[in-house]
This record gives sequence, structure tokens and C-alpha cells, in this order.
Amino acid sequence: MKSMEHYYQPEIECASREQIKAWQDERLVKQVRHVYDSVPYYRKMMEEKGITPEDIRSTEDLHKLPFLTKEDLRKAYPYGLLAKPLSDCVRIQSTSGTTGRRVVAFYTQHDVDLWDECCARAIMAAGGTKEDVVHVSYGYGLFTGGPGLNGGSHKVGCLTLPMSSGNTDRQIQFMCDLGSTILCCTPSYAAYLAENIHERGLQDQIKLKAGIFGAEAWTEEMRQDIQEKLGIKAYDIYGLTEISGPGVAFECSEQTGMHINEDHFIAEVINPVTGEVLPEGEKGELVFTSITKEAFPLLRYRTRDICVLTREKCSCGRTHVKMSKPMGRSDDMLIVKGVNVFPSQIETVLLNKGYPANYQIIVDRVKNSDQIEVQVEMTPEMFSDSMGKMDQRENELVNALKAMLGIYAKVRLVAPKTIARSEGKAVRVVDKRKLY
Amino acid sequence: MTVKQISVFVENTAGKLAEFTEVLCKHNINMRALSLADTRDFGILRLIVDDSYTTACVLKEENYVFSITKVLAVAIPDEPGSLNKILGILGKNGINIEYTYAFNHKSQGMAYMIFRVEDNEKAIEVLNKEGIKIIDQDHLHEI
Repeated sequence: MKSMEHYYQPEIECASREQIKAWQDERLVKQVRHVYDSVPYYRKMMEEKGITPEDIRSTEDLHKLPFLTKEDLRKAYPYGLLAKPLSDCVRIQSTSGTTGRRVVAFYTQHDVDLWDECCARAIMAAGGTKEDVVHVSYGYGLFTGGPGLNGGSHKVGCLTLPMSSGNTDRQIQFMCDLGSTILCCTPSYAAYLAENIHERGLQDQIKLKAGIFGAEAWTEEMRQDIQEKLGIKAYDIYGLTEISGPGVAFECSEQTGMHINEDHFIAEVINPVTGEVLPEGEKGELVFTSITKEAFPLLRYRTRDICVLTREKCSCGRTHVKMSKPMGRSDDMLIVKGVNVFPSQIETVLLNKGYPANYQIIVDRVKNSDQIEVQVEMTPEMFSDSMGKMDQRENELVNALKAMLGIYAKVRLVAPKTIARSEGKAVRVVDKRKLY
Repeated sequence: MTVKQISVFVENTAGKLAEFTEVLCKHNINMRALSLADTRDFGILRLIVDDSYTTACVLKEENYVFSITKVLAVAIPDEPGSLNKILGILGKNGINIEYTYAFNHKSQGMAYMIFRVEDNEKAIEVLNKEGIKIIDQDHLHEI
């Protein structure tokens, strides 16, 4: 059965490469001028590189601009990169990180509209039309997942169920009673729901036909598993709060990569060590420049995601460049249950609580759900003959980790000198998930 | 009037306890009493030895995490009702017991209880008042 391809904005999504290039050239020039004039932080960065807006005349000049990193965003927190007066902004969203790593992104109404349109493209690429019932089980709130797909669903005109995450019983009940046809959530939650629906024998009562899953890494095997269990087609979606949120790129019916919305975002792939721009087809770090964002436009933002770009003709008819699933990270960030976790955050908590900095983080996926365990070496200072005191200290550590990371991490106390001390780089993270 | 208990951190995985007793064996250390409190991941091994100083040196050498705590060793007749009596005295005087364990010595017809309480001084005082025999470190070897 071959379904007809749906587009939200066919004239843009299937535009000629020349047209896309023309949009990018024009918008990039305008954007560089905009940030140079309105953001002192950018102006300073450009001045340090000895460039002015006049030096950027087309996308060919993009490489002249300095890179922007998460560190820059932290330094500029909260208003340092704001390019519009606050009175023109209508929304903020934030990354899942914590105080130290939190990034707050601002949106004007225009920004929200464009973001919603990107998500609308993703929904229609997954076969969505106004006849559909879109079940959004991404978290709502500061996290971009829920609001993004919610907005996109509205644009398409779908009946939108703002379920948010959690409460599986209610999720499944609504799915059955209201006939949800498109499920939007993290792939691990989709797998969990699929498992539950199977256990309860409710396969015949759900009407799902497609799923849009993102915010964490997932494998092809996981896709097959979800597709079989739920009887749907599962589509990948990519995005990051810094650039807008989900919908920066999305999968089409071909399921061989995600089309990047190039009329809004210019993608480059670079060598993460040298910063050199790599030719199409080479594996490297993905870098984005947002050319239509008003309030929080980022130029050459390093995502740290490793992937490959391809402009090969796609059978869906879309002409925008496709990115592969991320194949890894160029930093040590872990994505656990859709939440960004840096080993340094865990280290900070351990040191604050009086534990040694020798630790190991074990990440695993059990029954399609991420689990994180922090192994810490016992010290004479932290040890007590009283189980009550030991329990209390362990709980304090668990709570402090939860406050820092936003998710539960199991603590495992181990004997001294048992965590491998390697010659060179310490093995702080053991990721058993094999996601890439 | 207390004895020194050595508490040792031991991971709760197969063979860890044997590794520990191997160390004691190697250094010819004999235990007077032993108790183990455990969770899923680790255990706290509490032991009473004659020479706690030597044992502590050995454990340090072998990279064990441990602590030394003063606990009460109380001698009671090895017969029904005698523990009940002691607990009654402690309870009546508002002394909370963190944990306790027993060991006995058949030949003398006495049993010995180890008590870990918040306030050793107060516990000693109330037990003495009732004529209960409390053993101190120097007399451990006599047991």
C-alpha cells in the first residue's frame, strides 16, 4: 500500500535547489546584519575575528563567521544573545539541563509561528491531515517537545490531545476512547506504551497509524519493534531548543534520514577538532545557523551531534538536505530519558556532598527505558557503622543528583580503588545502550 | 567500660565476604563476635576482635573502608528471660538501641550482647545500677 505524500508547504519543501540557495543567501545577509546591530555579544565576536556584516554576502561567506558553542550560551545567560526587545518576545523555552548548563531561548510570535510550521511539515510528512487526532505525549512546559508538536498539530488543523508525559493508564485510555491516529513522544516512551498496549491486549482498540519520535537516540531495531507492536510507521524528528525545538529536521516516508528545513536553518558539517567545513557525505559535527529567527538567532551553533548530510534526490519529492540520525556526540554529553546529562554535573554533586571525584556512570536501556547508575567509591569520611546514617547519606546524594539532573539516578556505593583508574583518560561513562 | 567494634564496608557481590575473611585468616586474626547488616548493594560488617589496633592496621593496608565505634558488651546468663531483662532496663530509661547482636561462650554458661546506643555513659550507668556486668576492652580476651 503506497500512501500519497502530504506536504504542509509544498512550494517551499519541494523548491528547487537554486531557490533554496537564494532564500538562504538573502536571509543570511539580513540575519548577520540584524545580530550585529542588536546583540553586543555577536558584534564583539565578529570584531574579534575582524569581520563586519559587509563581509557576509552569501552562504559562501558563512565560514568566515565564528562558531557559537553551548559555553557561549551559558556565558550569555539569560539575555546576552537576545536580539529583540523583551516586549517583542512572547515565549521562552529551556533546555533540560540545570542551573549550570541551562539555556533559555526566546521567541517572538513570528518565531513561534515558524517553529510551529516546521512541526506542521513533520506531521504532514508522517501522513497527517486535518482529519487526524494527534496525541502529544512529549512533556509540556519548558521542554520544547510538547509545545512544538502541539503548535504544529494546530497548524495542520488536527484534533490535538495535549497529553504531556506520564500517566500511562490515561494515555492508553484516551488513545482508545478518542481514537488517536498520530503519536508524538520519545521513542523509549513509545516502546513502553507499545509494551503496555500489548500486555493489556488492546492492539485492536487503538487507531494509531503513525508516530513521530525524537529527543533521544534510537536504533533501527527499536523502530522495527515499535512499528510492529503498534502497527504504525515510525518517523524520526530532530531539533534542539537552542535552534528552536523539534522540527529542525524531520523524516519523510522514505525513512532514510531527516530533511532539514533549509529555508530556516543552514546546516554545515565540520571537523569537530579543526573546525574545518567538510564536504557533503562526510561524517562530522552538525552546525546550524538560524536565518529566520528574530529573538534568539544563533549563527554557526555547534550542536555536538555527529552526523552526515546528503542532498541526494529523495523519493518523497522534498528537496531539502537530509541529515542522518546522529551517530554520536563530539562532547561527553549523554542523553538519558530525553534529558541532557553531563558527567561534570554528576561530578559537581559528588564533590559538594563530600564524595571523591572517582566515579563511574553506567547507562543502560532496560526494557526500552533508559537507566542511569552512578558508582561512587566509599570513603572513611562517608562511611558509618549505622545503616540508618548510610541510608540517609545515600538518599541525600540521590536527591541532590535528581535536583541537578532532573531525572532519577541510582547510586551504587562501591569499595575503594575498585573503579578503574586508567593511564590516560578516565573512563567516566559506560554506555551499554549501543544506540549509535 | 566499652569495647571497640570495627565496622567494615563490604560490597554485596559474590566472594567479597570470603575475600575479607581471607585477609583475617592471613593475619591470624580471630573474631569474638560478628554481625552483618546488608542492603542490595553493600553490607556493613561489624566485628569485635581482641586486638582492634592490629586489625585496623591490617584493614588499612588492604584498602578497606572501616570505622571504629565504642559499643557496650554486656554479660548475661545464657538462659531464657535474661535478654528481656536488659532490654527492659534500657527501654525504661529511654535508651534507644541502634542495633544489637549476640555471641555466647558455652563453657562459662554466659551469653554476651553487643549494644550500639546513642549515649554509652547513660546506658552504662543504668545497667550498673541494676548490677549488670559490662565487659571492657581489656577483659575481652577473658571471654
